[in-house]
Amino acid sequence: MRGLPALSQIAFWGAVELGLVYAFIAVGVFLAFRVLDFPDLTVDGSFPLGAAVTAVLIIAGVNPWLAAAVAMAAGAAAGLVTALLNVRFRILNLLASILTMIGLFSVNLRIMGRPNVALINADTMLSPFYGLGLRDFYVRPFFVGMLVVVAVVLVWRFLESDAGLAMRATGANARMARAQGVETSRQIYLGMALSNALVALGGALFAQTNGFADVTSGVGTIVVGLAAVIIGETLLGARGILIALIGCVFGSILYRIAIQLALSSDVLGLRASDLNFVTAALVTVALILPRLRRGGVA
Amino acid sequence: MINFNDIRVVFGKGTPLEKQALNGVSLTIDEGSFVTVIGSNGAGKSTLLGVLAGDVIASAGKVTIGDTDVTRKGTAARAGLVARVFQDPLAGSCGALSIEENLALAARRGERRGLAPALGVKRRAHFRERIAELGLGLEDRMRDRMDLLSGGQRQAVSLVMATLAGSKVLLLDEHTAALDPGMAEFIMNLTQKFVTERKLTTLMVTHSMRQALDFGHRTIMLHAGEIVLDVAGDSRKTLEVEDLIAMFRRIRGQTLDDDALLIG
Repeated sequence: MRGLPALSQIAFWGAVELGLVYAFIAVGVFLAFRVLDFPDLTVDGSFPLGAAVTAVLIIAGVNPWLAAAVAMAAGAAAGLVTALLNVRFRILNLLASILTMIGLFSVNLRIMGRPNVALINADTMLSPFYGLGLRDFYVRPFFVGMLVVVAVVLVWRFLESDAGLAMRATGANARMARAQGVETSRQIYLGMALSNALVALGGALFAQTNGFADVTSGVGTIVVGLAAVIIGETLLGARGILIALIGCVFGSILYRIAIQLALSSDVLGLRASDLNFVTAALVTVALILPRLRRGGVA
Repeated sequence: MINFNDIRVVFGKGTPLEKQALNGVSLTIDEGSFVTVIGSNGAGKSTLLGVLAGDVIASAGKVTIGDTDVTRKGTAARAGLVARVFQDPLAGSCGALSIEENLALAARRGERRGLAPALGVKRRAHFRERIAELGLGLEDRMRDRMDLLSGGQRQAVSLVMATLAGSKVLLLDEHTAALDPGMAEFIMNLTQKFVTERKLTTLMVTHSMRQALDFGHRTIMLHAGEIVLDVAGDSRKTLEVEDLIAMFRRIRGQTLDDDALLIG
């Protein structure tokens, strides 16, 4: 690949593919953190939930598209649980989401029956596209990329509709939103469901593109999603909803390429097991950079 | 139009800090009348407004707006009936949304919000027209974020927002208190214009006795959760700020030591 001498074609497109899969997580995190101002860690549970539900259903012979849809519904339900704990029972939002996340770990194990389910030789959403002449490592990012475009357009249109405006107002100024007739608690339910449905869809696609579901694959999902959102914001700035959503997608892809570069560079001498540290370091840098740009760390 | 029937509000009931914020307030406000509300800090002015807006639910009594009993309705559920401008210019609008998005939000107050685009061509044009009326030049900044505006500009836009959805009741909670005198005057004149043009039933809480007498048809004074003065018509026309203070002293039989009441 020109400009990226350190990466092979396969490694590069693999990073793009993973970035596109995690773009769903980035958009979900954007909805929770930025639109609703709800720091939601449920995603660490709803991502493997989506993967688990999809894998188990596909193995049971269910249509992979339907399996992904059911995964989204499961993710939405997880989001609703967090919202319920927060809105109805007044548990601090961050803590409510941690409770759901912890609970989901056991739920995911129950769904799969074991920590890891493989999807070898099973039909996935991508199967019909493999035989069309394009090499597999192009097919996957292309296919996931199309779904990302659809999701971004739908979320964008929603956030610029009357209903979406009500959700944005709920996150920005709840008191004012209520004075304008917006039932803010309903917006939190809706937003959390939507956010976690997208994250679970990401999990479903992860399982289908990688051929397995693993109960531990959710660890750090929130940090990765947040990294994508912040990288997007840093690069594109705050210029409206569509730009922000596009920023999420590109942030997610760039993050994966950066990780891939870091891991494949011999000079740095990093191993795959250093991934979490590299992630934490990258997110920290991404968080500090905008502040430096605004005139120094106070 | 608006009726408070023996409204009682107790904060922190059963605790050592229990406070009787409204102590049996009964008040009827005719359709289209403009009532100003004064009183010292803690007199119950904001609570009275809150009871009408839905932020405060009365412990006892009944509140009706038009034919609707709103006593137990939450803020959002009755937002279609009442519009409101807050004291804090940051409170009444969304800083993170653009001017036109704030207007779109207000235009659907009390209605179902669907998936149609919030800002169609027709709506944009209508909003632009309404903002142009202000004469502040904001019509060319419709896509600017609300938090780029000054406090006075935000209050002016908030007033437009309050009159977009066609509710007949307007609540003003010391909405000029955070502004400089010039801007406060501008906002008050704008308020007067909107109230007259749209025949709004208005309840305005103010710290300024001058404002309380210069605007509206009727003035009520609250003290310790009760209405202690209620003047309208000819007796109000001849009233001066000094008279108001004297009246207050006589009614309460105590010296006035709250500076806030004297400002004006």
